[in-house]
Amino acid sequence: MIDTTPMLEICDVSKIYPGRRGMFGSSAEVHALSNVSLSVRRGESFGLVGESGSGKTTMTRSILQLEKPTSGAIRFMGKDMAQLSSTEIRHLRSRIQIVFQDPYASLNPRMSVHDIVTEPMLIHVGSLGLNARQRTDRAAELLSLVGLGPQHLRRYPHEFSGGQRQRICIARALASGPELLILDEPTSALDVSVQAQVLNLLFDLQDKLGLTYFFISHDLAVVRYLCDRVALILHGKIVEEGSSDEIFDNPKSNYAKMLIGAMPEVRV
Amino acid sequence: MASLLEIRDLHLHMRSYEGSAHVLNGINLTVNRGEIWGLVGESGCGKSLTGLSVSRLAASPPATYSKGQILLEGKDLLPLTQGEMQKLRGKRIGMIFQDPTTNLNPAFRIGEQLVDVALAAAAQDESILDCPPASGNRTRRAAAMRLAGEMLEKVGIPNAQARLASYPHEFSGGMRQRVLIAMAMIGRPDLLIADEPTTALDVSIQAQILKQIKVNVAEYDMGVVLITHNLGVVAQTCSHVAVMYAGNIVESGPVAAVIGKPVHPYTRALLSAIPTKETKRGALKGLAGAVPNLINPPPGCRFAPRCAFAQAACTRETPAAESVGPNHSAACIRATEMEALTHD
Amino acid sequence: MTDSVSTDLHSLPKYDKLRRAFFRFRQSKLSLLGGVLVALVLFFTAFGTALAPYPEHVAGGVDTANRFIPPSWAYPFGTNELGQDVLSLVMAGTTVSVLAGFGVVLIGSVIGTVVGAIAGFAGGWIDEALMRLTDLTLTIPGLILAMAIAAALGPGFGNMVIAISLSWWPGYARLVRGEVLAAREEVYVTAARAIGATPQRILFRHILPNTVSPIIVKMSLDMGFAILTVAGLGFIGIGVRPPTPEWGTLLSISRSYMPDFWWTAMAPGMAMFVAVFGFNLLGDGLRDVLDPKARR
Repeated sequence: MIDTTPMLEICDVSKIYPGRRGMFGSSAEVHALSNVSLSVRRGESFGLVGESGSGKTTMTRSILQLEKPTSGAIRFMGKDMAQLSSTEIRHLRSRIQIVFQDPYASLNPRMSVHDIVTEPMLIHVGSLGLNARQRTDRAAELLSLVGLGPQHLRRYPHEFSGGQRQRICIARALASGPELLILDEPTSALDVSVQAQVLNLLFDLQDKLGLTYFFISHDLAVVRYLCDRVALILHGKIVEEGSSDEIFDNPKSNYAKMLIGAMPEVRV
Repeated sequence: MASLLEIRDLHLHMRSYEGSAHVLNGINLTVNRGEIWGLVGESGCGKSLTGLSVSRLAASPPATYSKGQILLEGKDLLPLTQGEMQKLRGKRIGMIFQDPTTNLNPAFRIGEQLVDVALAAAAQDESILDCPPASGNRTRRAAAMRLAGEMLEKVGIPNAQARLASYPHEFSGGMRQRVLIAMAMIGRPDLLIADEPTTALDVSIQAQILKQIKVNVAEYDMGVVLITHNLGVVAQTCSHVAVMYAGNIVESGPVAAVIGKPVHPYTRALLSAIPTKETKRGALKGLAGAVPNLINPPPGCRFAPRCAFAQAACTRETPAAESVGPNHSAACIRATEMEALTHD
Repeated sequence: MTDSVSTDLHSLPKYDKLRRAFFRFRQSKLSLLGGVLVALVLFFTAFGTALAPYPEHVAGGVDTANRFIPPSWAYPFGTNELGQDVLSLVMAGTTVSVLAGFGVVLIGSVIGTVVGAIAGFAGGWIDEALMRLTDLTLTIPGLILAMAIAAALGPGFGNMVIAISLSWWPGYARLVRGEVLAAREEVYVTAARAIGATPQRILFRHILPNTVSPIIVKMSLDMGFAILTVAGLGFIGIGVRPPTPEWGTLLSISRSYMPDFWWTAMAPGMAMFVAVFGFNLLGDGLRDVLDPKARR
């Protein structure tokens, strides 16, 4: 039987940052998101493409419940997140995880890899029920899953390269057993050679763990490679949405045409 | 006539806690006027250090140059003092860096910052300002300000004259990078060194800025070294490309040759790591391993441990650059065999 | 340390970190000098009294037959108005001066860190209230405040340390608040929030450990100034009472015999100079190692 409920549904979401009026000048209100609607199906890779200031970051923060949308609803597995109690939100955090763009900034330099990867299990110890020993075993398992090894557990982030750090971030994101992974430009700080490894790792993990990806990027080549469906966002509005092939082979909006035209492709 | 820039057998060591790292291991590169050279490779390959060496901005210590020459129209830059170099920077050598926010002083208007650079350059070449000789300071400043406005207009900043009075924070990232290009170009340098100038920017702005650099090269007949990790940018912008790996240039030549018919296994690996329309799900070829530690680099060819085509001989001999086509050279002992492999 | 440590860098990461830090530290000759001077000062803090050539003078004994003897082999820094060996007094005085300075910096940094961390992390009116309190304390000159508190509490070592500490914490509060505000915006803190970490966990596990380096640097830089302040209180006469030797008190007494008997003032003055200079250089060196971003 196929579950047709979308994993993540963003219904008519707007986010307005209020303007400021003060002694030293005032600022107008900012419409970071205007009536955005999207739905992400279970098991797919959904790509969100936009340039800086397009509202991508507000979108991720809203999905992660780090910010409240001004209007509209975000539903995870059919449940409106705004209606959830704080306990339920805490539980929800184990099911939605995120990997950030900058692998250098997203790991606490004072924590060992062991502590970084086991932290989510410690926080969600209630639902995961792992004791200290099991957590360490699980961390070692996760590290092997992302292409590192148990020998790395006692090391600190500064001893790793960018690609390795991003693998640690992925291991941390997987530690609480999430179903939805938000990938916020996870490869844009990496070299192409490393990017290819990380992208392949993401495919592998999706096949093994049945993850759903919400992939945010400005790199169209990467989005086309990884994602099944794509939405383009400009100034907080979705300008085009469709399957990757549709959008890349037959873009309709001017914005899509412009972006695809500006893509630096390796062609001679 | 001497080439605009000629780097000859440049060796650079960096001292650190672990020991001395041989980070540039005999770089040879010749840039002529009108050429845009892309310098590509993974991080830690020495691209940026090569660029910084030309402008002599690599901090020393820890950097020491053990061998080689950097010739700017035949004149070696390495023996120059920082004072002498300072006169060349801005006037003969322009520079653009990756982060446009940290390279503008937030306390001064854009116009003033441009004027300062223009006046410093004019101290050596009066013709930049285009005002009568021995004019007073006021006339010179006015001329510099006029020039600053023209430059801003040239790099595509709308309403340029009015924006001279703006402060850096009033510009977006892409606009700031344009301002920095204008600043690098205002002294009409012969050589522009651009280190990842568009990495922090959106693709649409990246395309405009790269186009701008191309236009400037044609207009001023200058030479450019464009340091980037993005082969797409190279294919779009550059006339020539040098691929660096672990302190060596492993392949260099015209873009059409190097990207169209790559010879060195490293170049091939880099190219196959970029997803294209045809790449099937999960079929992208990464390059396993990482750039080696340069304190104890692998013997022979430094790429051998990661190379899919390595043989026993590769770990014994250090390959020299050999010609594999017109102006196209590769440093691989199997270069001739690799050439044959290119077209399957 | 043996060779086996250096051959395998990753077997002992803790050790390696220290060695790495020391490598960066010894890149500067001045930092090394600071380290040596501080080591010397700490050595006398521990053993000064025991090593003093005339322990009976340290204990308060007088020798009126040998008053005001200029520096000689028997008395390298001469004797004072009571015929006591100045060198012995200065050596023994190290203990009081350095321990008091250390106490001041320690108490000040603990109070300051607590106030700053709460202000930075809680934000809102709590931040506002705590920082206004901090500003208020800052507006009163430190020495005057310390004098007032010391006068109220009465003289003595403990009271003096408490008095100075109470005027010492605002600097730390401001430093820590700033560091906490900056660390709050770090991506790894957002990551921790996304995982569902509680505010306590975020503060104690993610934010505070990353503010330790600048605090340690400031403590080291402050040591010299704290020693000076302790001496200053001693000089005015609100501090440790004679016969317990203390640099400031020694200097204060010798003031009456200047310039004829200059040696009575020179030794305690030099001792202070060396201690302050050493701690400042050490602090600069530590900053290079622990907080490379702040390097000039």
